[in-house]
Amino acid sequence: MSQQAVNGVQCRAKVLTLDNMNPYVKRVEYAVRGPIVQRAVQLEKELKEGIKKPFTEVIKANIGDAHAMGQKPITFLRQVLALCAYPELLEDNKFPEDAKKRAQRILDACGGHSIGAYSASQGIECIRQDVSRYIEKRDGGIPSNPDNIYLSTGASDAIVTMLKLMVCGEGRDRTGVMISIPQYPLYSAALAELGAVQISYYLDEDKCWSLDVKELRRALNEARQHCNPRVLCIINPGNPTGQVQSRQCIEDVIRFAKEEHLFLMADEVYQDNVYAEGCKFHSFKKVLFEMGPEYSSTVEMASFHSTSKCYMGECGFRGGYMEVINMDPEVKAQLTKLVSVRLCPPVPGQALLDLVVNPPQPDEPSYTTFVKERTAVLAALAEKARLTEQVFNTVPGITCNPVQGAMYTFPRITLPQKAIDKAKEEGKVPDMFYCMKLLEEEGICLVPGSGFGQKEGTFHFRMTILPPTEKLKVVLQKIREFHIRFTQEFS
Amino acid sequence: MKQLEYAFMAKLAIHIKEQLRKGVKKPYKTIIDVSFGDPHKAGVKPLTFARQVIAACTYPKLMNSDKLPLDAKQRAQWLLDRCPGQSVGSYTATAGIPETVHKISAFITRRDGGAPSDPKNIFITAGSQWALMNILNVLVNKQASPRTGVLTPAPGHDKAVLSIVGMGGETIPYYLTEEQGWALQVEELQRALDSAQGVCKPVALYVINPGNPAGHVQSRKSIQEVIRFVSEKRLFLLADEVYQDCVQGENTEFVSYKRVLNEMGPPFSETVELASFHSVSKSVMGECGLRCGYVELVNVDPAVMKHIFTLFSKGSCSPVLGQIALDVMINPPQPGDPSYTLYNQETQHIRDMLIQNAKRVYEVVNSLPGLSCQPVDGGAFAFPRVFLPPKAIKKAKDLGMEPDTFYSVRLLEEAGVFVRPGCGYKQKKDTYHIRFCIMTPRDMMDELLGRLTSFHRKFMMDFA
Repeated sequence: MSQQAVNGVQCRAKVLTLDNMNPYVKRVEYAVRGPIVQRAVQLEKELKEGIKKPFTEVIKANIGDAHAMGQKPITFLRQVLALCAYPELLEDNKFPEDAKKRAQRILDACGGHSIGAYSASQGIECIRQDVSRYIEKRDGGIPSNPDNIYLSTGASDAIVTMLKLMVCGEGRDRTGVMISIPQYPLYSAALAELGAVQISYYLDEDKCWSLDVKELRRALNEARQHCNPRVLCIINPGNPTGQVQSRQCIEDVIRFAKEEHLFLMADEVYQDNVYAEGCKFHSFKKVLFEMGPEYSSTVEMASFHSTSKCYMGECGFRGGYMEVINMDPEVKAQLTKLVSVRLCPPVPGQALLDLVVNPPQPDEPSYTTFVKERTAVLAALAEKARLTEQVFNTVPGITCNPVQGAMYTFPRITLPQKAIDKAKEEGKVPDMFYCMKLLEEEGICLVPGSGFGQKEGTFHFRMTILPPTEKLKVVLQKIREFHIRFTQEFS
Repeated sequence: MKQLEYAFMAKLAIHIKEQLRKGVKKPYKTIIDVSFGDPHKAGVKPLTFARQVIAACTYPKLMNSDKLPLDAKQRAQWLLDRCPGQSVGSYTATAGIPETVHKISAFITRRDGGAPSDPKNIFITAGSQWALMNILNVLVNKQASPRTGVLTPAPGHDKAVLSIVGMGGETIPYYLTEEQGWALQVEELQRALDSAQGVCKPVALYVINPGNPAGHVQSRKSIQEVIRFVSEKRLFLLADEVYQDCVQGENTEFVSYKRVLNEMGPPFSETVELASFHSVSKSVMGECGLRCGYVELVNVDPAVMKHIFTLFSKGSCSPVLGQIALDVMINPPQPGDPSYTLYNQETQHIRDMLIQNAKRVYEVVNSLPGLSCQPVDGGAFAFPRVFLPPKAIKKAKDLGMEPDTFYSVRLLEEAGVFVRPGCGYKQKKDTYHIRFCIMTPRDMMDELLGRLTSFHRKFMMDFA
């Protein structure tokens, strides 16, 4: 690029341009915070400025943020964290003893007794030990080694770190990573940034978004022709689809990973969010070990968890962990080195995680309230999941699979050909066109299915089930009316 | 390689701590760990106001408590009102709490004598290193041949270097001049740039000011020279200014790259592409564990900015408690506020501590034959040079260690002082240094210097 004259003034070309920047970064997209959300923020601004709109508020049903939608924090968690932040409060008798005890224990494990000190880059040791114990308890006694636990800045940090570790090679040898379609777009973004090859395997919408090993095999065999497949990622319970994999399915996936020599990445951040009858969360690790030593001593795996979802919803704390299983010791040494570059995960998030894996026990003062609050949150989510599926399935042109778990619904929408054509005219993907119109007309912000991946020729949107029940009812009603209107307008 | 050496020393420190716990007799009762720039770990207290605000935000029932001053409660309420759902558990906007971002821009303008700062160009990030890594990720073109090069300071801390290399880029070290207080000389920048000919394609210059590990603070003139250099050579400027709050030298003043750029006027002020980094970790706040900082981008191509935003967005947002600390840092209690006196007292105490420590280190280290130390005008570390006797160097080599690692290991074992060897920071060949944090309580620093003195004298005698 040479110098250009603008209004007669010599203009110097930029040093950093689209042409010379890292081309991989240009391919990164993250729909959950993408263009539609930016428009929603703009509309909120305009409402604040008093500009009249067909709606009085913008409902941000695009992001899995429970507190933003009015879910209350769990009292016990916040008490302990406040005590950790300002230890003078340990003298305050308004705080229960069990909260004080845990705060003291956490502070004793921090440098200088302050949550402002760096921790070890793998995370505070006693918290990793607590995480191990939690996993052992959850998985019926299967041992967990604290050395295999890495605390992280939300699960996202650990997921990206693992992908960084495993992506290598050039050309036909470039690492291929299997991920579901639809998927949580952190995966596609990370793979684009790393220049890895994304190997998409399709979940079966007609079978409640279940995973079929035949489809895994199809995707893998096709991918083998142009890359080196090494990793298989699975999100369970699923995002955006909410499906909870059956135990049989998990076994099949593990068997497949062993046969095809793939590293398994099991994203289990929604493990407490299971609503549908007959559905149960089975941790990959538990199933792996119950399949016997032939599998449990060979299959290499990483499981991820977070403090952002489940009943806590503490997204802003950026807490999480991963457990690595059967990792080659030399690779593990590299992993440990890699995490040290980002210094350490946020200590408040680590403290929060400690409370999640070490909640009040039946003999402790905070137990009753804690259980009550947790139960209420999960019950509300279950009710909203049911309500969402029910209402959407009454709308002609919308079909909605049961929301078995997680925090989202991913209904399929039928769009008239005229709408698809109009979208093309405007240079938009059809479901983005649909969602933008919904945003402008009703002030409801959803994320188009194209942001998550979907079968060619199908359209979806992802909506969270997080707004308070009464508001959710209104939102569902508005979408229903919008869809009918939209279909008529473009018939 | 350097990583392994630190890991090895960290293990040794843990082992010694364990021995001390078991009652094994040593010439010392505790280890003085100054291997990291971590003031709280060293015993410096967090700032009361910041922690009160964080506590109230975390557990809003505290708004009814008489244990917290009014201004802390008001600030907490103000912040909560700007968090979705009034909870610090919600995600914030990608760039951070918008009103805090505006405050940062006001802070920058105040700091920089009125130089305008656009909030749209400011991102709150999960620590300065996270921000730097992401900006480097945009700059380092993995597909480029020859590889992308970044000029990096020597000595300089290794995080940026590791990131650049990890991304498939090359680092081009430029050496600071030890005899001139670790000054940055433009001739050396030119030499470094020339050395990259045919090896890699330089795209950026990374400066740390105040320095780490070197404790220099660049003069206005020096900053102008660097700006002219990057403008002429068409380099993106990365200014790591996380230690801007730590200025100890007499007659030393921190002046930001942005300020100087603005003062230089066009064409520089309108063309030089700059990323400036700051953090809550290294200010007098010392809140390393909260993981929060910000980056201000200047004159960056708007099309590229869009991609930077997307890159940041996939990390969701910075930890919210860190954002609260940042809000307090750039907008502390003002005269007349209930918490002003205490806040001022606490911050002044820490600044005095740094000034005294820097003075003491300079005096004591320079009084010991075989050690020399440049003035620690700024930053959180001292980086004394160790003139190791040939016998010691040979012993180190026999043991398969870098000579300054050998010295540091001995210092840890025999005196219980945990420092980092200079080999981890890219020093000039055949020179040896140690780095230790000076952001510690005064009595700890005195104890450290006492132990260092005894150890060093003995070491030099043993290897004479």
